Amino acid sequence: MSLLSAENLTAYYYASSGVVKAVDGVSLSLDDDEILGIAGESGCGKSTFANALMMNIHPPLRFVDGKIIVGDRDLTDMKKKEIRSSIWGLVISLIPQSALNALMPTKRTKDLITDVVKYHQKLKNEKIIGMAEKRFEELGLPADVLDMYPHELSGGMRQRVVIATSTLLNPKLLIADEPTSALDVSTQKQVLGMMVDLKRKDIIKSVIFITHDIAILRQIADRTAIMYAGKIIESGTTDNIIDNPLHPYTRGLIRAVITPEAEVKKRGISHIPGRPPDLLNPPAGCRFHPRCDRSIAICKQLEPDLIENEKGHLLACHNPYVHG
Amino acid sequence: MLSVRNLTKIFTVGFFQRRTINAVDNVSFDLGKREMISLVGESGSGKTTTARMILRFIHQTSGKILFEGKNIWDFRDIEECKNYWRQVQGIFQDPYAPFNPMYKVDRVLYQVFNLYNDEPDSEQKDKIVEESLVAVGLRPKDILGKYSHQLSGGQRQRIMVARCYMLRPKLILADEPVSMVDASTRASVIRLFADLNEKYDTSVIFITHDLGLAYYTSGRILIMYKGRIVEEGETESMLEHPEHPYTKRLMKDVPLLYSKWRDI
Repeated sequence: MSLLSAENLTAYYYASSGVVKAVDGVSLSLDDDEILGIAGESGCGKSTFANALMMNIHPPLRFVDGKIIVGDRDLTDMKKKEIRSSIWGLVISLIPQSALNALMPTKRTKDLITDVVKYHQKLKNEKIIGMAEKRFEELGLPADVLDMYPHELSGGMRQRVVIATSTLLNPKLLIADEPTSALDVSTQKQVLGMMVDLKRKDIIKSVIFITHDIAILRQIADRTAIMYAGKIIESGTTDNIIDNPLHPYTRGLIRAVITPEAEVKKRGISHIPGRPPDLLNPPAGCRFHPRCDRSIAICKQLEPDLIENEKGHLLACHNPYVHG
Repeated sequence: MLSVRNLTKIFTVGFFQRRTINAVDNVSFDLGKREMISLVGESGSGKTTTARMILRFIHQTSGKILFEGKNIWDFRDIEECKNYWRQVQGIFQDPYAPFNPMYKVDRVLYQVFNLYNDEPDSEQKDKIVEESLVAVGLRPKDILGKYSHQLSGGQRQRIMVARCYMLRPKLILADEPVSMVDASTRASVIRLFADLNEKYDTSVIFITHDLGLAYYTSGRILIMYKGRIVEEGETESMLEHPEHPYTKRLMKDVPLLYSKWRDI
């Protein structure tokens, strides 16, 4: 069953210099019990997309068009106050980028948690702390962290506290935006392990994991969507996307990944010429065509739709690679 | 060519409660001509401090650094220092830092001539600058006359490599040179170092936390942990059979593209 589905979601930044088309007609659906990875380079609109998905929209960002269906409700029809009181934290939780720095330096962890929970539900402090203690035990976090200040915690522990706090009310969906990008590899693995654990213990149903690191998605994501210049250009099972990318951009991006394994040396690394387009004024037709070595005449004129290429594999390209 | 012997740096911190931190602890290694090696460690392991000492930015607490047999703190005058910096260049992580936002990027390039023994005339200077920009795959007209905020991270990082083309140093210390460059252009920056290495026999020390970069570029890897070198060896054999527990953990925890973790 579909947990969340976004249809033609469009959100633009209205800046003095023009309109930045950061999220431009993105459709996506997420099932129960699934980790969906969204990968793309910096500036491709993936963080904006994360915020737009839960209608966390502040000027200069504006909602333009689309639907976000959660259960039987459309978030885009709801009042902001209603979303805040009945969706955020309860149905969808977001861990924004650099959430590590969001912890108040003068508040102990337990005070932070009671503050956050009270924002969503009227509960007594003792009850909330009791819930937190139970949850920390469940996730294997030391209980004395609750009495500590943020500066006493390491980066990895802070990130785990943030994740535990944001999932305390058992939201169905956790959206995590680059939750591990500031951590070293061993801490990163612990944090990723905790997210998988949350899902395994049925505390949350599904995760949308936003990252620039495709190697992480290989480890945890069931499905992967690749974003380029405000659009999803290819999506499918993670294994399929990595082993058999069909969009020239996806292929280029995967061949630019360097990890310490023999396959990488054998494959070599390649780069994509040029740079990502300015979203104030994206190129006509396919947004990737000026950098694409497979571009044909139609690419300059007609924007390709994201269509089902084979079962479970969506692709937006006029001249894709073929299998094999 | 470069020989680092028992290098140690102790920082003293705190005013009321003085503490000492052994940032770099008895580090020794040698580097030959044309060699590309990596110094790998996480943040706080002392790898950048080591690089700063080799670049002669800070003084070591004890130990010594010999470049072509000569102790780098034994230089008698500024000429000898300049001569050293002409042969040993640094490239840093943040591609914004070397650029003064008030000046055009040309300045970063033309300042290199201060390190030349006899300055060429201005016509020759223009020619050298343009040639080196072309060598790193930039079009001079896209770069010259611009301010740093008008360029992308990849372009800025290439300009720093262009400086190296102007000087043809014997050694480059590259401190996280691609961590802030877009994934799709990362490979092209890495290739520039390999080019310099092939064309001019430049040696390169990559200072990085990225095992992938180290594996791909270097013949030899030194693993640094808490200020010490805990393991060193030829790249392939070390990553296939790591011995030190820290290296083993690193190899187990780094996410790979072509195989999956079984323990998550």
